[in-house]
Amino acid sequence: MTAEILSLSLQLSMPEIILAVGALALLMIGVFSGDKSAPTVTGLAVALLAVAGLWLIFMPGEGVAYGGAFKLDAFGRFMKVLALVGSITAMVMSVGHAKSDHLNRFEFPVLLVLSTLGMLLLISANDLIAFYLALELMSLALYVIAAFNRDSLRSTEAGLKYFVLGALSSGMMLYGMSLVYGFTGNTGFEGIAKVLSAETRGMGLIFGMVFVLAGACFKISAVPFHMWTPDVYEGAPTPVTAFFAAGPKVAAMAILVRIVSDAFLPIVADWRQIIVFVSIASMLLGSFAAIGQRNIKRLMAYSSIGHMGYALVGLAAGTETGVSGVVLYMTIYMVMTLGTFACIMAMRRKEGGNVENVDDLAGLSSTKPFMAVVLTALMFSMAGIPPLAGFFAKYFVFVAAIEAKLYALAIIGVLSSVVGAYYYLRIVKLMWFDEAKGEFARISGELRLVFGLSGLFVVAYVLIGGPIGTAASAAAKSFF
Amino acid sequence: MTDWPILSTVTFLPLVGVLLLLLTREDGPFGRRNILNVSLFTTVFTFIVSLFIWIGFDNSNAGFQMVEKHNWLGTGISYHLGVDGISMLFVILTTFLMPFCVLASWNTIEKRLKEYMIAFLLLEVVMTGVFVSLDVVLFYVFFEATLIPMFVIIGVWGGKDRVYASYKFFLYTLLGSVLMMLAVMAMYWQAGTTDMTELLKYGFPAGMQTWLWLACFAAFSVKMPMWPVHTWLPDAHVQAPTAGSVILAGVMLKLGGYGMIRFSLAMFPIASEHFAPLVFSLSVIAIIYTSLVAMMQDDIKKLIAYSSVAHMGYVTMGIFAANVQGVQGAIFQMLSHGIVSGALFLCVGVVYDRLHTREISAYGGLVNNMPKYAVAFMIFTMANVGLPGTSGFIGEFLTIIGVFRVNTWVALFAATGVILSASYALWLYRRVIFGALEKESLKGLLDLSGREKLILYPLIAVTIFYGFYPAPIFDATAASVDLVVNNYSAALAAAKTLALNAH
Repeated sequence: MTAEILSLSLQLSMPEIILAVGALALLMIGVFSGDKSAPTVTGLAVALLAVAGLWLIFMPGEGVAYGGAFKLDAFGRFMKVLALVGSITAMVMSVGHAKSDHLNRFEFPVLLVLSTLGMLLLISANDLIAFYLALELMSLALYVIAAFNRDSLRSTEAGLKYFVLGALSSGMMLYGMSLVYGFTGNTGFEGIAKVLSAETRGMGLIFGMVFVLAGACFKISAVPFHMWTPDVYEGAPTPVTAFFAAGPKVAAMAILVRIVSDAFLPIVADWRQIIVFVSIASMLLGSFAAIGQRNIKRLMAYSSIGHMGYALVGLAAGTETGVSGVVLYMTIYMVMTLGTFACIMAMRRKEGGNVENVDDLAGLSSTKPFMAVVLTALMFSMAGIPPLAGFFAKYFVFVAAIEAKLYALAIIGVLSSVVGAYYYLRIVKLMWFDEAKGEFARISGELRLVFGLSGLFVVAYVLIGGPIGTAASAAAKSFF
Repeated sequence: MTDWPILSTVTFLPLVGVLLLLLTREDGPFGRRNILNVSLFTTVFTFIVSLFIWIGFDNSNAGFQMVEKHNWLGTGISYHLGVDGISMLFVILTTFLMPFCVLASWNTIEKRLKEYMIAFLLLEVVMTGVFVSLDVVLFYVFFEATLIPMFVIIGVWGGKDRVYASYKFFLYTLLGSVLMMLAVMAMYWQAGTTDMTELLKYGFPAGMQTWLWLACFAAFSVKMPMWPVHTWLPDAHVQAPTAGSVILAGVMLKLGGYGMIRFSLAMFPIASEHFAPLVFSLSVIAIIYTSLVAMMQDDIKKLIAYSSVAHMGYVTMGIFAANVQGVQGAIFQMLSHGIVSGALFLCVGVVYDRLHTREISAYGGLVNNMPKYAVAFMIFTMANVGLPGTSGFIGEFLTIIGVFRVNTWVALFAATGVILSASYALWLYRRVIFGALEKESLKGLLDLSGREKLILYPLIAVTIFYGFYPAPIFDATAASVDLVVNNYSAALAAAKTLALNAH
């Protein structure tokens, strides 16, 4: 590797390097000054992520680095910024809850930074090995923070469940990768695509691809690999759940898009049926299973399963419109989810601390009108009712499905969105139609900021959506 | 005045009122007064501005007028507004009814008045938006957005079973319209545009028209509502507050009829002809069956709700008769029904405010102490029946003529519906107004107050004026309806020659 190539590689991966070096430095600060440095470390971690994000936005340069293992393109840039925004927001939201959820240790922000580093690498992975390593880096940190509140039985259970199931899916994925390598003789995505377009694919390769996709679907919590989601969402401390629901989903969806649109593009007919099945199953399960939920975090878990199903509708199309729809969907989904979790974190009684039942929201419109209005907008947006952002997210993925003539998928999708509307309406009903049972404590400024911005985004998307849509379609052009 | 974007102004003007309301404090009688004044002023002002649309409207131009077009969201969807003879009067109807809704809520809404008015003003924005949008995606956005404020209005300020009614309303109509969303997308990929003016010129292949027609029909027939998907309407009407019922019956139902003319008839002529017998059958069943159901109701609002379903049967029948009389009659019937049924709900509101019950059996003999009310209620009942001299007659008569030219049996059955509607309406009137004033609770009732006169008298004037002199409405709609009907016949003729050549 000549010096020139090396410097180019370093330059392309500078945000990742910033995070890697920074995380180690933060760890040192924490180790030498103890747990009382947690707030400082959190602040520095946010700054670190922000610097990485700014670098991505303002520094030009695209290309392949490290001998083809790492690729930065418009798609990667967009998704990385998204993942960073998600991580920053989740970290900011955790500040007020650090003490009550026992997150006030300096390891917490460091682990979040390491996990975010994993996400960025995952989004840029252009090779099966890099894919696996990045996924593990992201996941290992996630397993730990799921169980971070180690005095809580639920939190440790969540961490353990996540770890065991995650390890299983990693194992399957690794097995699939070895098959793909065995049948194509390549680990690089371009190499795999070249081999696949030159010769007819064998059954062994399909086997391998199914296992690889299963691993990715586990991370985005798509049915039938969703079992961990409700338990982990419920058990983990709420700031951690908010973190899970944002960045890691974006990163895993990005790699799923990249691997099918880069490596497996020549065999689109083979993977499309998998994605269509997973998508339909996720949409239906997400809609029906959420109806009976009483715990709002569990409800959000099923809602996120459903949303991943909708995002996959765009991917199933396997076209530029489809990928651009997925990118847009993930953007809007992330904003809505973070806003909703900010509201969930604001559900805290003066005496008795955090509450998580959907019924605790009763009468919110008379006790906390602003929060009620925002949460109402978010719920209608998640249900996909225009003119809110969630409608446009659904519109652009379904438009791609119709273009690809996937009519059955589209019809099942929209019908399940009607079923899904039912449980979102239940939350609206509780807030507006029912009498208040008690009042929440004062909402901290950062939570108010997060859900305020999120609410503003979903309402004002009709005005500001243009540039976001343009950026999403520019990102999708990376593949086609 | 030529370059001023009048349609955007009228559509979004109520948002100014919303903004003012957000800045108003609700507590105390003074704050309440402020909120009412701001809402009333906003709606009246919007109505006055909307009249400039009618003044500036060129009756001889069959195409779209006052067009505004801008790129939107950078994806081929455009913010494209315009009105033609079909849509223009619906805009006026919407803005015309809103001040009455505010007046009707003057004393009756006791809690959360501010949110209530905000919901109504937002509803006005999106309803106007449906009628003026010339882009199918924009149309869909407005069409669906009506659900949010209406859900909240029924659910928060409604009656006893308001939660059930609001859910049913929301999910029913959502289920219908999501299929239309897919149709909109399919149209986009087929024709390469979401611009309605282009789509109206684009001839969709016959096979595709069938599916697109069915998907759109799912949306519009639920909204309309047609038998057998009408069951949400009686529940929603009964539970909604008076003003909510007025808007529901007056404007929301017309979204369905408007959509049928704009989409089904104008864009999918071949499928419309193919499915016309289905629509006729459903319309006739709606007219006869729901009239019979209406006769047996104990609840005044439910009775009027069922009668609305029956009257919408005439509208669908007229539309798919697809001749000038039928379509003109359907439009007139919708406008007239908007005013008459709105007024009937307002009449129910008058007695409901006094007695807090809608049971028919709780009333009787009101003519003795409420003579002015009895006259007003009489005029609207007669208009609902379709008595000559009221606006209700003209729409019904024209739709029956229109359908007579196509199918005499349908016309025959529809005409029996007129008799049935007379029987339930007159029977209702007899039970509520006539008879001896025996019930103790009724003896103390006062006649119409000044506010109620202000609500009902203008509506009486409009009903009778258009009953005698409907020309202003027909002048405005004639050119556009001719265009739609001619395009329809031309498309059918073209399809026939194509089929002949193929043999």
